[in-house]
Amino acid sequence: MPYQFTVSPDFTPSHLAGWFIFNTWLQRQMSEAIHLEIYHDFQAQRQAIENDQVDLIYANPFDAAMLVREKGFRPLVRATGVSGEAIIAVNHESKVDNVVQFDSAVKVAVTDAPDIQMMGMIMLEPGDLDADNVENINCQNYVLVAKKLFNNEADAGIFLESAYDELSSIVKARLRIIVRSQISVIHHTLMVGPRLFDKSEQLHELLINMQNNEKAKGVLDSLGFQQWETVDDEEMYFMNDLVDTLLV
Amino acid sequence: MLHDMKLEDIVGDQYKEVTLDLYGGFTRKIIYTEIETPYPDGKLIVSTTDKQGIITHVNQSFVYMSGFEEEELLGAPHSILRHPDMPPAAFADLWNTVNAGNKWQGFVKNLRKDGGYYWVKATVIPNVRDGEVVGYTSVRRKPSLTKVDECIKLYPTLF
Ligand SMILES: Cc1cc2nc3c(=O)[nH]c(=O)nc-3n(C[C@H](O)[C@H](O)[C@H](O)COP(=O)(O)O)c2cc1C
Repeated sequence: MPYQFTVSPDFTPSHLAGWFIFNTWLQRQMSEAIHLEIYHDFQAQRQAIENDQVDLIYANPFDAAMLVREKGFRPLVRATGVSGEAIIAVNHESKVDNVVQFDSAVKVAVTDAPDIQMMGMIMLEPGDLDADNVENINCQNYVLVAKKLFNNEADAGIFLESAYDELSSIVKARLRIIVRSQISVIHHTLMVGPRLFDKSEQLHELLINMQNNEKAKGVLDSLGFQQWETVDDEEMYFMNDLVDTLLV
Repeated sequence: MLHDMKLEDIVGDQYKEVTLDLYGGFTRKIIYTEIETPYPDGKLIVSTTDKQGIITHVNQSFVYMSGFEEEELLGAPHSILRHPDMPPAAFADLWNTVNAGNKWQGFVKNLRKDGGYYWVKATVIPNVRDGEVVGYTSVRRKPSLTKVDECIKLYPTLF
C-alpha cells in the first residue's frame, strides 16, 4: 500500500500544483509510492487522520499537537521564512480603527483555517469580543472574506497575512488593516507518522538539501518556499504548548 | 537571589518604596511608579520556567515589556516581575493550579525594571515531556480594558 501524504487545506490555490510536483519529486527520490490526497476542508482531513489514513502531512499548527499526542507523529521540517501571521481588517469606510471601538456584538468573516481563526480571536479579545458575542461568517476563501467586508455583511475579517498581501490592489484599497499579529513561533510543519519512521532520516536529509540542487530548487519554487529547515522535537513541543495556552 | 531595585533605574520622580516578602524566605526592595506601558497590539509575551519558577526562556516581547536585558532575566526567579499591587492569593492559586497539572489563567499587573507597570492576560501551563512535568510556560496576551478595570477594583480586597 502506498504511503499517504496530505497537505493542510489552507494552502493557496496557486500552490496546489506545486504540492503535486513536490510529491512526484519525493517519490522519485525515495523510490517509494506516495499518494497525495488533498482534502478541501479541515473536517475531512481530521477524519482521515483519525482513521490512520495519513503518513506524511504538511500540518496546520492547530493540528500538530493532536498529531503528536494522539497519533505519534514527529516533526521533520518547516518552510523557512513563511509567515503564519493573522490580520484583522475592516471596510475602509469603517469608523473602527482599534478593536476596542467595536460594538458589543460583531459579525466576523473567517475561513476555516483554525490557526488563523484562533489568532484573530485573540486579537479581538482586548475589545471584549469572544465566542459569546462574535458571530462567525464562514467563507470558502480570503477573497470571499474581503467581499463580506466591502458588502458590509461583516464588521471585521480575519485573514492570513500572506493571503491578504496577495489580494488585488483594487480589493485592498477597499479594506483597512486594524491589527496584525507578530507571533512568529507558530508555523506549519511537515510531519511523519509511525508507518514512515524508518524512512524519516532519509526524508529529512533529502528535504533540507533541496535548495542545493537545481531540480529540487525548482520544486521548492513551485511551492513558494526558499528552503526547508529542521524542526526538532522540543521546538514542536514548545509550539504545541503555546497553542494550548491560546485555546483558552 | 533577586537584587533590590535601584533608584538609578527608575523612570519618573514620583515613586513609592516597599519591601516584598518573596517565596523561599527572601525579601526585595521595590521602587515603583504609576507609569503604565501599554500592551503592544498583536504580540504575545512568552516565558518558560523550570519547576521552581526560575526563568529559562523569554521572547523578545518579554524583554521589551519588562525593561530588563535578557541576561538579567535568564536564571532569575519569575517573581522579578512581582508588582506590590498583586495579591499573593493570585500566585498561590497559580502555583496550586499548575502543580495539579492544570492550566491557570488570570490578569496580572507586572513590574518593570524602570518601576513602571503593564497589565497582561496570562495563561500558564505545565510543559509535559515523556509524561513528566519539566517546567512551565506562560503566554500573555493583550487584556481587555474592562477586565483590567475589574481587577483594579477587586485586587485590593484580596490582601
Ligand atoms: C511560567 C510562570 C510565569 C510566571 N509569570 C509571572 C509574572 O509574569 N509575573 C509575576 O509576578 N509572577 C509570575 N509568576 C509567579 C512567580 O513565580 C511568583 O510566584 C510570583 O511572582 C509571586 O512571588 P512569590 O511566589 O515569591 O511570592 C509566574 C510563574 C510561572 C510558573
